[in-house]
Amino acid sequence: MSEQNYNPQFDENELKMVEYHKSKYPAQMAAVMPVLWMIQEKYGWISTDAMKYVGELLNLPADHVLGVATFYTMYFKKPVGKYHLQICTNVSCMLCGGYDVFNHVSKKLGIKNKEVTSDGFFSIEEAECLGSCATAPMLQINNKDFYEKLSLDEVDKLLDKLRNSN
Amino acid sequence: MEKIILKDIPGLQNIDVYISNNGYSSLKKVLTQMKPEDVIEEVKKSGLRGRGGACFSTGLKWSFMPKGNEKPKFLCCNGDESEPGSFKDREIFEKNPHQFIEGSLIAAYSMGIKAVYVYIRGEYWKWINIMEECVADAYKKGFIGKNILGSEFSVDMYVHKGAGAYICGEESSLMNSLEGKRGYPRVKPPFPAAVGVWGNPTTINNIETLANVPEIINKGAEWFSKIGEPKHPGTLLFGVSGHINKPGVYELPTGTPLMTIINDYCGGIRNGKDFKMIIPGGSSMPPLTKEESLTMKMDAESLKAVGSAIGTAGVIVMDEDTDIVHVLQRITKFYYHESCGQCTPCREGCGWMLKVLNRILDGSGRKSDLDLLISVAENIEGNTICALGDAAAWPVKWTVRKFRKDFEDKIKDDSLELNVVNKVHGLRNSNEYVKVSNDENSTVENLIGKVQEIINNDDIKRFSS
Repeated sequence: MSEQNYNPQFDENELKMVEYHKSKYPAQMAAVMPVLWMIQEKYGWISTDAMKYVGELLNLPADHVLGVATFYTMYFKKPVGKYHLQICTNVSCMLCGGYDVFNHVSKKLGIKNKEVTSDGFFSIEEAECLGSCATAPMLQINNKDFYEKLSLDEVDKLLDKLRNSN
Repeated sequence: MEKIILKDIPGLQNIDVYISNNGYSSLKKVLTQMKPEDVIEEVKKSGLRGRGGACFSTGLKWSFMPKGNEKPKFLCCNGDESEPGSFKDREIFEKNPHQFIEGSLIAAYSMGIKAVYVYIRGEYWKWINIMEECVADAYKKGFIGKNILGSEFSVDMYVHKGAGAYICGEESSLMNSLEGKRGYPRVKPPFPAAVGVWGNPTTINNIETLANVPEIINKGAEWFSKIGEPKHPGTLLFGVSGHINKPGVYELPTGTPLMTIINDYCGGIRNGKDFKMIIPGGSSMPPLTKEESLTMKMDAESLKAVGSAIGTAGVIVMDEDTDIVHVLQRITKFYYHESCGQCTPCREGCGWMLKVLNRILDGSGRKSDLDLLISVAENIEGNTICALGDAAAWPVKWTVRKFRKDFEDKIKDDSLELNVVNKVHGLRNSNEYVKVSNDENSTVENLIGKVQEIINNDDIKRFSS
């Protein structure tokens, strides 16, 4: 589960990583996306305090960081479930049952698009095309692994596996 | 057919396997035997056209870059690949990443580039990791970095991870995103070759385009220009999805008949059905009817001739039972979601098209809605800073035109014609209506009755029509 509230702070190694990101570009503003990724990786989502912190690290106004964070859908501006399921329903997936997968998961977990289960374990999101059109339908978990060519049975097994992983 | 990019060599993604299969020999060749302008000339002669959708001559694009070194120059490799139905760059990252890296290094040499940024969509977590490893491997072997292979040429390469914005596949939006800003497209001119990323000369190329370059250098422009259609030579990575038996990425020469791809390579339509509609190049491209598809050759010019385009060669196949209206609604929902909001026609128009499609889908559509959709689409098209507006407008305009019957079948109620609605609105100002509606004792039934009475009154009918 994402931490609900946190005090954003990078340790020494992470600060070195921030320096590395800065060094990749001629202007340090460009490091804002990789550093926002680091925040989300560490805390699960990006709070307003974290945006201020990123602004301090990169010498940028906090509202610039806010502007960037809100433009890109993969940055979570609210806490998400421990397992955030991004289910594609775009054309190719839709033709192959993407909505069936989405509705099945939604019903099974009792949550709608962009909601989190009360135990904070799962959240779901109707995703746009994730480039898995030949292996549809599919879902992605926590912006990372793809689970492709899903049948509803496999979806059930996957959810059970995730639930039992704790 | 011999493949240029997705070669059948096991383990080719590994740098050692790639090197032992003649990998990085083209880079050696250009560094030791060719002048930068010769490289551009060779690519120009090959006829290679961009694989990102615009089909612009790659060599010509490179030649637009200024020759001197007053300002640092940059190359951005566009791996944002977010067009629904496109999944080819992912295949290159996975199966032949070093050929793409080698291609971008050759491009960098030809234009005197200081740094190469590989922009990959954030959702491609797995492939971003692959590419970061591959770039690190190439650094270790001395193909990237200072004085590459003992030459004077130095260049750096970085992988930049996107964060889920379709618009960042648009080249100027990509540059803003790379600079650490919101991914808004820029007004052109100035073009990137003059004022690009950080205000410096920049070239943006698609991943597949660059992956073709090492083989063009290795085997020569003439060899490449003879593959496929003369006006759009080479191979394309066709990403085929939808209602077919064997979806996947197929590398085939340009000009391959669409039916050959579907029947011979993809095993035909699922469950022995017939097909109804095919989108030839990713969801923004005007769709093809069955009749058009039967004789269609898959290259830029053939598709242009019927008013469509090759786009990213993402072929989406829909069988005879597909709900075309639902498909178009889903496509429009995507562009509505992805519009960056800068230009009013796109921001508002996508929302309106979606609203109208939603009401057609839920059975409350009006006959006039079909012309309304086309009208809104035509008012978006060409009136926006970037091509997202066109990408949203084309499928609406052409799907409604080519599959009008499918839409009409969903519209049940003729009485909701727009002119009647207008009449009722017009009545609000009529004296009789105002009198009844101001009456404290009047009920809803009274009001409805009065409206009907008024509509039946010939004078007012004439007045309000």
